[in-house]
Amino acid sequence: MSFFARFAQNRGALVGLIILLAIILMAILAPLVFPESPWRMVQRPFLSPMEVDGFWLGTDTMGRNVAAGLMHGAWVSLLIGLVSTVVALAIGVPLGAIAGYYGGLVDDALMRFTEFFQTIPNFALAIVLVAIMQPSVTSIVLAIAIVSWPPVARLVRAEFMSLRHREYVEAARLVGQSNTTIILKQILPNTLSPIIVLASLMVATAILLESALSFLGLGDPNVMSWGYMIGAARTVIRQAWWLSFFPGVAILLTVLALNLVGEGLDDALNPKLARERS
Amino acid sequence: MTSTTDDPVLSIRGLTIALPKGADRDFAVEDVSYDVARGEIMCVVGESGSGKSMAANAIMGLLPKGVRAVAGEVMFDGQDLLTLTEKQHRKLRGLRIGMIFQEPMTALNPLMRVGAQISEVFEAHGQFTPRERQEKALALLEEVGIPQPEKAIRAYPFQLSGGQRQRVMIAMALALAPEVLIADEPTTALDVTTQAQILELIRDLQQRRGMSVMFITHDFGVVAEIANRVCVMRHGRIVELGEAEHVLKHPQDPYTRALIEAIPSDVIPEARGAETDTPLLEVAHLDKVFRSRGGLFKPSREVRALDDVSFVLLKGETVGIVGESGSGKSTLGRCVVRLERPDHGTLSLSGIDFSALKGETLRRQRHRVQMIFQDPYASLNPRTRVGMAIAQGPIANDVPREKALAQADELLELVGLGGTADRFPHEFSGGQRQRIGIARALALNPELIVADEAVSALDVSIQAQILELLEDLKQKLSLALLFITHDLRVAAQICDRIIVMQHGRIVEQGPARDVFLTPREAYTRELLEAIPGREHELAEA
Repeated sequence: MSFFARFAQNRGALVGLIILLAIILMAILAPLVFPESPWRMVQRPFLSPMEVDGFWLGTDTMGRNVAAGLMHGAWVSLLIGLVSTVVALAIGVPLGAIAGYYGGLVDDALMRFTEFFQTIPNFALAIVLVAIMQPSVTSIVLAIAIVSWPPVARLVRAEFMSLRHREYVEAARLVGQSNTTIILKQILPNTLSPIIVLASLMVATAILLESALSFLGLGDPNVMSWGYMIGAARTVIRQAWWLSFFPGVAILLTVLALNLVGEGLDDALNPKLARERS
Repeated sequence: MTSTTDDPVLSIRGLTIALPKGADRDFAVEDVSYDVARGEIMCVVGESGSGKSMAANAIMGLLPKGVRAVAGEVMFDGQDLLTLTEKQHRKLRGLRIGMIFQEPMTALNPLMRVGAQISEVFEAHGQFTPRERQEKALALLEEVGIPQPEKAIRAYPFQLSGGQRQRVMIAMALALAPEVLIADEPTTALDVTTQAQILELIRDLQQRRGMSVMFITHDFGVVAEIANRVCVMRHGRIVELGEAEHVLKHPQDPYTRALIEAIPSDVIPEARGAETDTPLLEVAHLDKVFRSRGGLFKPSREVRALDDVSFVLLKGETVGIVGESGSGKSTLGRCVVRLERPDHGTLSLSGIDFSALKGETLRRQRHRVQMIFQDPYASLNPRTRVGMAIAQGPIANDVPREKALAQADELLELVGLGGTADRFPHEFSGGQRQRIGIARALALNPELIVADEAVSALDVSIQAQILELLEDLKQKLSLALLFITHDLRVAAQICDRIIVMQHGRIVEQGPARDVFLTPREAYTRELLEAIPGREHELAEA
């Protein structure tokens, strides 16, 4: 059975993938549908949805088009979610792999380092980092990556510790494979499914973290994001519910879609599990 | 196929159990009928996947999810056990039908004292006061022959040995004096000497209490030791049913005959001896101590796995290392292939001290000694195609990729699995995987192969095939083989010389024939006597 067929067996994953593709499409089409900056004031403020033609989602407190903000915001949210996850994986996977494979003093040193990051509350650290580096897309991505790699390192370490004494790893050592080859070719492929599942959840958390930072006014001032939209609308939530509702639904759907896709990937990457399901 | 006995306690008639869709066959057992008579030991024998445990699970109402009995009946004391509700079943379990399992460690609660676990059986059926339960538990522990029962009753499972834990399990099963005891492979996880003791205990208890025992096993040796009657199963059907004595001496069915013949016999092949007397591997004064890392408040623990071990292995020779678990035989094997580093002593491989090498030099020399692993399921990377798994060794030793893959094809051909290089390990059976493991070990043209319990995880008939393959390859490629096993009989079949180990020391070594037929040391004799079913020989057809 092909990879996609196995993935598609999980109905939820398929739904998630469709939602995710729709959001990606939204992000790509944003500059075509709304060529103007989403920050531009285009109509009377506080237009409710469907009140005026061309403004299906209404306008915000300053008369900016909510639909335009939503579409442009999709781009920022996805970008930050993906890039910060990739950066977090780039830090966490090698650290965890080395700690788990070599064990002993190397493990002790790397894990104490990891614990140092784990003891500081995530969000507080992210706020401090963004505040120090000045809010910008780069600094937000870095801050999110720095607070989210420790779980990756711990997961990869645990997987490596349990896999390194498997007989097939010992067999690889016996035929003379180098440590690097063993880590990359024997053990890492077998840790991929939990890593991918964790990564898809991390993209979701990163989007939430970015929203939270923007909500507090620590977003990049030049880009429109869902978090900023909710943050700006929180004072008028009783007069204009749609200002926080639509970006909120967008975040919910994206995170849900990512979770569903992650679960589907887990099934598809694990041929044995997939067979038991069928 | 039915057999009638005078006084059946338990009688199974036409039992058919369906497997869930997508399993490799439709029925786990199909139209199975047999009786367990009062006061007899009935052995159900079969290889893995024969459905031998399924009937027992149906009797106890413990069928796995998705598996159900679709036809037949199981009569016990006038009622059909298949029609009972869960609540009625629970009343029966323990009280009238007791059960013991294969793995005594996982069947006991690790956080509960032994005494409490036995008392719990009484409690579950609402019998006796707490004081009386404790007294009964103590009496039971005494009955199953646990040394110092007053101490054992306060022990946790991990403080007992495997054999003692199995005794506790038996005590729990016997607590309510059931009429029938079902034993599902109760000795498979145990050493031979412990196995012999447990079999003795079961037979003894059965006679003293007049119980009926349904004993499920894969081992015809065990059958010869304790069974009154035997039922041989294959692919969910009964192939032979009858008096144990008769079935063992004059098996009617070809499958039964094959199974009995597959047991390594007492007939030891003539000593071949090595063709040369050049030593390949000289092991001198090897020591290995394992230390667990102590913490702030706990002292470190030391286990002496190897204690001054010395022996010589000649070119083209097969040496067997035999011992029970904890004897250090596996550690010795792992030191020889340098998965472990010995603390002291030398391992000289045609003149080079293999034990002193490290890092890159060791990696470059590794191809000279290869290993066949015990567990055919764990020794192949589930995500690597088998052709690649075999080619990885040569590739790591700078053979071009294309050439290595072509060689892998040839090797698969050699072990009887030609044209399967593109498949993944999960598409093979246990025996086939072990062949792949052998092909991988051969890929580097090693001078010495260490086989660590290479056949003990396999069914007897497969075991015989793998041993034949090894023997064949040895002749063809003039390999030296270090064969590590707990089974003296297997070792006697394939080895030129045998080394017996106990507590990390070599107890006895010599030509296979001599060690097997005229053992000098008491421990070797003990090991030999513990082998189940030794006296029995297949009558000439």
